[in-house]
Amino acid sequence: MSLHDEFAEALLAPDLACPDGLFSSNGADPASRFVVYRNNVHSALINALATAYPVTLQLVGEEFFRAMAGLFVQACPPTSPLISEYGSAFAAFIQDFEPAASVPYLADVARLERLRVRAYHAADTQPLEQQAVLQALQGQSALGKLRLQLHPSLATLNSTYAVVAIWAAHQLEGGLATLNPWHAQGALVMRQGLKVQVFAIDHGSATFIDSLAHGTPLEIAVEQALEVSVEFDLHQCLTLLISHNAITHLYPEQKVSP
Amino acid sequence: MTLSSLHAISQAQAPGLPRRAGLGLKHEHFLEVLETSPDIGFFEVHAENYMVAGGPFHHYLGLIREQYPLSLHGVGLSIGGEHPLDREHLARLATLIDRYQPQSFSEHLAWSSHGPVFLNDLLPLAYDSATLQRVCEHIDQVQSTLKRPMLLENPSTYLQFQRSTLDETDFISEIIRRTGCGLLLDVNNVYVSCINHQRDPLAYIDALPLQAVGEIHLAGFAEDTDSLGDRLLIDDHGAPIDNAVWQLYEKVLAHVGSVATLIERDNQVPAFGALLAEAQQAEWHLSQVTP
Repeated sequence: MSLHDEFAEALLAPDLACPDGLFSSNGADPASRFVVYRNNVHSALINALATAYPVTLQLVGEEFFRAMAGLFVQACPPTSPLISEYGSAFAAFIQDFEPAASVPYLADVARLERLRVRAYHAADTQPLEQQAVLQALQGQSALGKLRLQLHPSLATLNSTYAVVAIWAAHQLEGGLATLNPWHAQGALVMRQGLKVQVFAIDHGSATFIDSLAHGTPLEIAVEQALEVSVEFDLHQCLTLLISHNAITHLYPEQKVSP
Repeated sequence: MTLSSLHAISQAQAPGLPRRAGLGLKHEHFLEVLETSPDIGFFEVHAENYMVAGGPFHHYLGLIREQYPLSLHGVGLSIGGEHPLDREHLARLATLIDRYQPQSFSEHLAWSSHGPVFLNDLLPLAYDSATLQRVCEHIDQVQSTLKRPMLLENPSTYLQFQRSTLDETDFISEIIRRTGCGLLLDVNNVYVSCINHQRDPLAYIDALPLQAVGEIHLAGFAEDTDSLGDRLLIDDHGAPIDNAVWQLYEKVLAHVGSVATLIERDNQVPAFGALLAEAQQAEWHLSQVTP
């Protein structure tokens, strides 16, 4: 093993001894100094997760969160110097983390918080003017064949819990009293201008938006949404997207040359 | 005069950062900076925080860059790593430099990546000839890719390696001689390392090639003890600058003249006014020395 192999391994595993070949000029036990590096590595990564997952932290408390995040750091250390991307596997880790099983919606709240971080740093793309979108939709002869390009920050989440209500309740003081987390809810996360927005949406809308994001023409996207929910409301869903500047481009039907 | 020493001098004297005090730009302070236009010599940002596609970070940095000189400070290149530099990361740095045209780019004498893992800390190096060779090759690669000289920051360390054959100051001096990079003299790191390794901070500074200093960093440290109960200082950037570091800074300025000086604060970030007061204190010290 190289010097850095040993050093890196001992940094990540709290039970491993301090590597050989180290000393302190005052004769102190090198382990009592190596621990500074180990603490730095762990606490900086745990702090990064605490910053990115504030509601997840509130749901389980600081002590529980830091212990859980510490185990995640050991299991999944970062693989990139871009720390804003660190933790994309955290929600999946929480899902399988037995001690958190008593908070069954914890993993979905973490998924929502990850989408918020992604939306915050997503690419800047100029949205279409709302008026232009409305005119284009009204003027389309083959509306069903239209494809919509959505803002790069936009993403959806389906949950069997009221994930948006849970998240929103933690944005306000004392907002938890009337919360019922035990019903299914979808989330739409996107950045409008500089502000990340979170909306509660139904399963049909989430399916519709996902279909559009994959380049599916409008008509087929509506069919797919209705397949999962007969209550899907196209007008309401399009209004949500248009009024929050989520549409960045419209592609009319591709004319096939004769 | 060798080519590399010419580089070192041109780096230290190039019309880069103004010989004034600057502040680390924290996202908490974006709006206040834009609304109050504080009288600050420059801002410094961690390069990796801006390696994102878009959003508020680029929006605000773009506006602030229009008003202030900028220092781009890398924390993730792992120049001391055992493996080749991450070319993708280097390309991202080149893109950022192209976008923001910073007056200075700096990185650390440390390693932070190993194989596929990024350890997110500035880890210590053994000072031997193999490491020296590797670090110099990495710095050559950085400077040729970025098409500009870089500043290398002296580390804060808590341990030493038995296999080291060179003093830290000799190691740094040799890197600067061979690569022509400049020196980012972190006075807090000097103090922290010298207390931790029972060295005299002034002797340490005297042993460095001070003509290559292109920027100074000042920061606060945390205090712990080791197994013997001796002081163990930790470079945590989480406290105001200690009096001992201000005193050392004053002595450094007497040696090197006025140099761009950054107040670093990355943890327990206080109100902007508190950082501004530390910058003004640094400016006062700068005003007491000849340029």
